[in-house]
Amino acid sequence: MSKQPLLEVKNLKQYFPIKGGILGRTVNHVKAVDDISFEVYEGETVSIVGESGCGKSTTGRAILRLDEPTSGEVNFDGGNLLSLSKSKMREKRKDLQIIFQDPYASLNPRQTVSQIIDEVLKIQKIGTSSKERRERIISLLETVGIGSHQVDRYPHEFSGGQRQRIGIARALSVNPKLIICDEAVSALDVSIQAQVLNLLKELQRKFQLTYLFISHDLGVVRHISDRIIVMYLGKIVEISDTQSLFENPQHPYTRALLSAIPSMNFEEEKRERIILKGDVPSPIDPPKGCRFHSRCPYKMERCATEEPVLNSVSNGQKVACHLTEKGAVDYTKILVNN
Amino acid sequence: MSDLNKNKILEVKNLCTSFFTDEGEVKAVDGVNFFIEKGKTVGIVGESGSGKSITSLSILRLIQEPAGKIVNGEIVFKGENLLEKSKKEMRSIRGNNISMIFQEPMTSLNPTMTCGEQIAESIRIHQKLGRKEAKEKAIEMLKLVGIPSPEKRVKQYPFELSGGMRQRVMIAIALACNPELLIADEPTTALDVTIQAQILDLIRNLQKELGTSLMIITHDLGVVAEMCETVAVMYCGKIVEYADVKTILTNPKHPYTIGLLNSVPRHDQVYDGDLPVIKGSVPSPFNLPKGCRFVSRCPHAKDICHNQLPELKTMDDGNQVRCWIHTESWEKQEEEVASNS
Amino acid sequence: MLTFLIRRFLQIIPVMIGVTLAVFLLMHLIPGDPAQIMAGEKADEAQVEQMRENLGLNDPLHEQYLRYVGNAIQGDLGTSIRTNRPVVNEIFDSRIWITMELAFWGTVLAVVFGLIAGIISATRKYSFADVSLMVVALFGMSMPNFWLGIMLIYFFSVNLGWFPIVGWDSWKHMVLPVITIGSGGAAIIARMTRSSMLEVLDNDYIRTAHAKGVSERLVIYKHALRNALIPVVTVVGLQFGTLLGGAVITETVFAVNGIGRLVIDAIKARDFPMVQGAILVCAVAFVFVNFLVDIAYRLINKRIDLN
Repeated sequence: MSKQPLLEVKNLKQYFPIKGGILGRTVNHVKAVDDISFEVYEGETVSIVGESGCGKSTTGRAILRLDEPTSGEVNFDGGNLLSLSKSKMREKRKDLQIIFQDPYASLNPRQTVSQIIDEVLKIQKIGTSSKERRERIISLLETVGIGSHQVDRYPHEFSGGQRQRIGIARALSVNPKLIICDEAVSALDVSIQAQVLNLLKELQRKFQLTYLFISHDLGVVRHISDRIIVMYLGKIVEISDTQSLFENPQHPYTRALLSAIPSMNFEEEKRERIILKGDVPSPIDPPKGCRFHSRCPYKMERCATEEPVLNSVSNGQKVACHLTEKGAVDYTKILVNN
Repeated sequence: MSDLNKNKILEVKNLCTSFFTDEGEVKAVDGVNFFIEKGKTVGIVGESGSGKSITSLSILRLIQEPAGKIVNGEIVFKGENLLEKSKKEMRSIRGNNISMIFQEPMTSLNPTMTCGEQIAESIRIHQKLGRKEAKEKAIEMLKLVGIPSPEKRVKQYPFELSGGMRQRVMIAIALACNPELLIADEPTTALDVTIQAQILDLIRNLQKELGTSLMIITHDLGVVAEMCETVAVMYCGKIVEYADVKTILTNPKHPYTIGLLNSVPRHDQVYDGDLPVIKGSVPSPFNLPKGCRFVSRCPHAKDICHNQLPELKTMDDGNQVRCWIHTESWEKQEEEVASNS
Repeated sequence: MLTFLIRRFLQIIPVMIGVTLAVFLLMHLIPGDPAQIMAGEKADEAQVEQMRENLGLNDPLHEQYLRYVGNAIQGDLGTSIRTNRPVVNEIFDSRIWITMELAFWGTVLAVVFGLIAGIISATRKYSFADVSLMVVALFGMSMPNFWLGIMLIYFFSVNLGWFPIVGWDSWKHMVLPVITIGSGGAAIIARMTRSSMLEVLDNDYIRTAHAKGVSERLVIYKHALRNALIPVVTVVGLQFGTLLGGAVITETVFAVNGIGRLVIDAIKARDFPMVQGAILVCAVAFVFVNFLVDIAYRLINKRIDLN
């Protein structure tokens, strides 16, 4: 692990103020992302998973400074993105691209596909002549599976899957080093989703891309990731390589999340299901101590007061839980407290 | 046969629902047949554009006219064809004998009415109870669907509740009059996975407790595996495979079902290399293939598939498949190809 | 709700400062010397100086403004040049009430007809009724008040003799002016209700209501209308302002002695204290009505109460 990370997020916080009262002052904060740190190395795919409100999308947006983070550091390629000026940051966006869930919303309906990509190329000053850019656009679109006869069509003439391919082509057009995929395949039908996932993998091999993949779908995540970050209420609860996370999840929340997925595996014995009680608490006033303690089946007394820190339980697996502070735990031997 | 008929709570026969647009007629549902037995659960599976949601809306005759219309078929509920009912008779069945819950709990509840009012409304309409009794029943229903402090919740507006809580309120509304059939259209798609587990658990338990028959519309094969006994797989308005859940998930016959099953990335499986995919995309509803609707994406397609639409054929085990591979014509084709070459 | 009321009330303060400032400056922005105007064309230098002193026009501007506001709060809006009576009495003895009556019934007409037409149109989209109502509404919106007023007088008073031509004595006098003043608002509200209703009818919760077995009528009036009204309410409040503006013309056409006509007469006579007073009173009325509308908006739209 002496390798230098491509992206290093350090103590990142993103608080959104809540206005209230007669004078409309800030009365409180939504602690959407609350002090998280992680690294992404070149050429790997790191996924952030969690349920709505856990802060996974906010993290992606904060890294790109689409929302200005409250505090922390985002070191990318040697420099802290958060200390760059607005114009320097704009230049830097060439290296960091994002693909959203709904590509349609981010494609201008009055521009043809080639115009949409041409615009990005012009902004980032790629290609000298319009002929050169046109050639690049056609080759880019062919790379993502859109034929050269379709480059002068408008976004509404394409299906959802094809639009996502256009979104990917646009992100690729500037030769980025890191692509953040924010629920990029979530809106697609299963058969189309598989095509797009394969495409993303193929492009990664071809262009040595690094992905930060934000998703709620653990099946998708298992297929695409090298490492996985699990978030709950603005905090990282577990970081692990993919295999360990699925075969030996260590944080009680990760275990609950995995066990909640309806299984298609019909042959397997009906497994014991962990069904969490209640809803995720409000990020405005999160529980003291461990944020998961209010729903945790293994809750201990100290969990309500003492916040666990991320510590290494095995090579490549870090967990923020008091149960695992002395290393990995065999959950079959632990009694559930409630 | 008569015994089976007695057990059928709902039978859909040759249902055809079309939408009429400027560009032409879209046959959203095109000759669909299936039935639901008392107390059992049937799943309708398919991707967007398959016609699964339109099928469910057609059963309650909730298709918005004049754009959409049920053009053919029968919907037999407890021996009576719902398509022959008057509007008024239909209203007394909706929410009373057949209830429905929808995908988006965020938008499916009226934002200007309290949860209590919305539950009490159907109780007052169908059971002719007074305001006070209806409210008490509403609180009882909230308790039944596992909402904590129901006396407080009954006065709250939908926006004051989380997504999971709202879906519980929807279920409370649907079950308030103890319906014989509950249609759940993507009931957990908009919910987080831990909340989905709660809601599926709740539906299953209530079904057991109340003996309700259940029809689940979903794109999620995991939900099918957990909830259904029988499954109909739809593609472009037609059922392509209709079988018990075990067959669908472990030994599917139709190339589309096989493709669908394989292309789901699963959390309980290790992946090596690419996901198997179904090539291409769903054809435009204005330009459906002449033969089998799956032909452009099917890895096995032959001449016959391009030219002729296969029937939904009942196999020896009673399951149904709409594919030429499982007919005698397929072998003839093979022979022909062999003799030609 | 209480926090909202207080906050909303505090918002009125800067608005009122702006309004009084504008009205006050009006006096100083008009061409010519107010003292000269008030003293009359034939007054000599000494008389004008005397008037200037009386009016306090020699004091610094901010002192004048503060005095003006102070007096206004105590109900002193100055004295009319034309009649030599206190402006407050001129306005409140009868004029304002006539205009309020006109504006009130105009609003009622706009809301009732607008809502009914909008609901009919929305529930029968693209039907003959819908198309013809919307054509009429387009007419109503694009017709100037004075022209509509004159046409109504021509047909219903002169030709048919159903209603008196001018004056403000019985309900019969009120019919034509109220139609004149309310028609534009009715048209706007009708179009607004239609589009808002159509949007609401497309919502998932309407489908839920149908799936519960709620009758068509209840779906529209109980489930849809309440939600469709939310944007309409705002329009009603704004319409009230347009209505007050329209009162000036309508009152002139029908020779109704309301505040609109008072303003016209005062402008003609260069009776500036009168103009100032009338505008101030109208502005206060408009702010107050919109305050009420905001409260109504909150009551219908529970959602914003919590955020």
